[in-house]
Amino acid sequence: MTTIVIAEINNGSIQETTKELISAAHSIEGNPVLIIPCSNASTADGASNFEGVSQVIAAKSDVFGTYDASAWADALDSVMPQGTIVAAASQQSKDLAARIAAKRNLSVVQDVVSIENGEFTSPIYSGKAMQTVRCNGDAVITVRANIFNPVSSGGSNSVQVVDTSGNVATAVREMIERASKRLDVSEANIIISGGRGMGDPSNFSHLEQIADVIGAAVGASRAAVDTWDEIPHSMQVGQTGKTVNPNLYIAVGISGAIQHLAGMRSSKYIVAINKDADAPIFQHADYGIVATWEETLPVLKAAFQSMMA
Amino acid sequence: MVNIAVLVKQVPDTNAKIVVQGGTRVDLSSVKMVMSPYDEYAIENALLHKEALGGIVTAITVGDGSAEKILKDAKAIGVDELIRVDVTQDMDSNALQHVLVEAIQSVGAEVVYCGKSAADTGAGSTGPGIAQRLGWASVSNITDIEFSSKLCVIAPMGGSSAKIDVSMPAVISCDKGNVKVRKANVKGIMAAKKATVQVLSANCPSSTIEIIRHSMPPSKPAGKSFQGGDSANEVARLLREEANIL
Repeated sequence: MTTIVIAEINNGSIQETTKELISAAHSIEGNPVLIIPCSNASTADGASNFEGVSQVIAAKSDVFGTYDASAWADALDSVMPQGTIVAAASQQSKDLAARIAAKRNLSVVQDVVSIENGEFTSPIYSGKAMQTVRCNGDAVITVRANIFNPVSSGGSNSVQVVDTSGNVATAVREMIERASKRLDVSEANIIISGGRGMGDPSNFSHLEQIADVIGAAVGASRAAVDTWDEIPHSMQVGQTGKTVNPNLYIAVGISGAIQHLAGMRSSKYIVAINKDADAPIFQHADYGIVATWEETLPVLKAAFQSMMA
Repeated sequence: MVNIAVLVKQVPDTNAKIVVQGGTRVDLSSVKMVMSPYDEYAIENALLHKEALGGIVTAITVGDGSAEKILKDAKAIGVDELIRVDVTQDMDSNALQHVLVEAIQSVGAEVVYCGKSAADTGAGSTGPGIAQRLGWASVSNITDIEFSSKLCVIAPMGGSSAKIDVSMPAVISCDKGNVKVRKANVKGIMAAKKATVQVLSANCPSSTIEIIRHSMPPSKPAGKSFQGGDSANEVARLLREEANIL
């Protein structure tokens, strides 16, 4: 059986998570073919030293300049061999995976967090339970970040450039600058989130200051988003917001409603700061601090500042 | 006149506790079932589309008879026609999309709205998957939309967002965004009571994805607990030295 990995690309460069995708493909079978969607073949140079791939193909087309689901699916389908396809479980790549699966009449298994003995496990009900499936035949799999160990960079691959094309069905009229230059929670490796325990939306500035020190995104609970107009839904972590699994999640003034836990419980490390020692969030925290945020955040900020200095 | 379809799915209430019974399957027998939250935004956008350009909105769901409740809920908010594709077995994405495409084609829809993902699987495969099978354009996770002969949507793009023109036919998957979901009024609730659901039988291909088991998420070992704000110093040190973060 052949496996194929679609490299995760952002702003014309290969993302580190691609090495995790290769490692996930090894858990299925053998060394995968790595496909790199690019508008400029030099993008593929970043993969020339990846270990554990059988072949590196730069799929080169103008359509890869901006994301159009049908064009990307067409352009990639025509250069990929048959087999099981592995892509990242980012918002864009999940969309692409569903398109490619439909194009090949395959099924898609999204958000895989474990691959063992041909069985794939994904969270369902936003992580309140897990579902394990077996694929009879080829399938398209998307894999969550920060779970599989990335392959090393000691390899030496030649990159084969293949021109491809697809029909674009949408047109970007204009890009919209984000009001905040801050990272989005769905892209961040570290997230610091506030809940209604922050007392007032203006107090989120304390979270932002810490976020600036450690390069984190700032998130919020549904209670905070519903209570305060100043906190936009784009910051919401939870079952009806964004599901995240960063390396570190710091929950401040968040009690840990089931809705919120569903969106962040798979984070690698969880720190909870809450004045209520009985808050459910503490049952999921690696490090729990029972204290008010007012007395804790200044200390935390100073500690991070001296560490990062 | 635009022929508009909106896909809705019945899921457990997002506040419900999920239990795995007998070690193999999730037990939903005592869980309250509701319309998947993002489907409400899909309905709202479908109704706005109809109000802007005129047309008819058909809500489509797949499931057994119990799934008709959410169709009635959709009717109460203002949807015109209701269709249930009668299926009772587990379906993988290939099988589900296959039966949905048949239903959409039988309605003759030119545009399909759906939620960005369902609250049970969280997969988000259905919108782009049916668009591919229909040979249509699609944009996923939209947060805003304007209606004319084509659609102009706002959707995430490369870590930011973009205003995107989409020509119809198209599938639009909806995030929460700025739209306010309307509530049912008395007239709508009365209409819903009298509404009939058209039931379609499905020609369902066999699934290649087989569910082996459900399980509870792995529980984490108990964490370390600290008292007082000054302990943040110790936690910061542990994050670096024990967790190897930062």
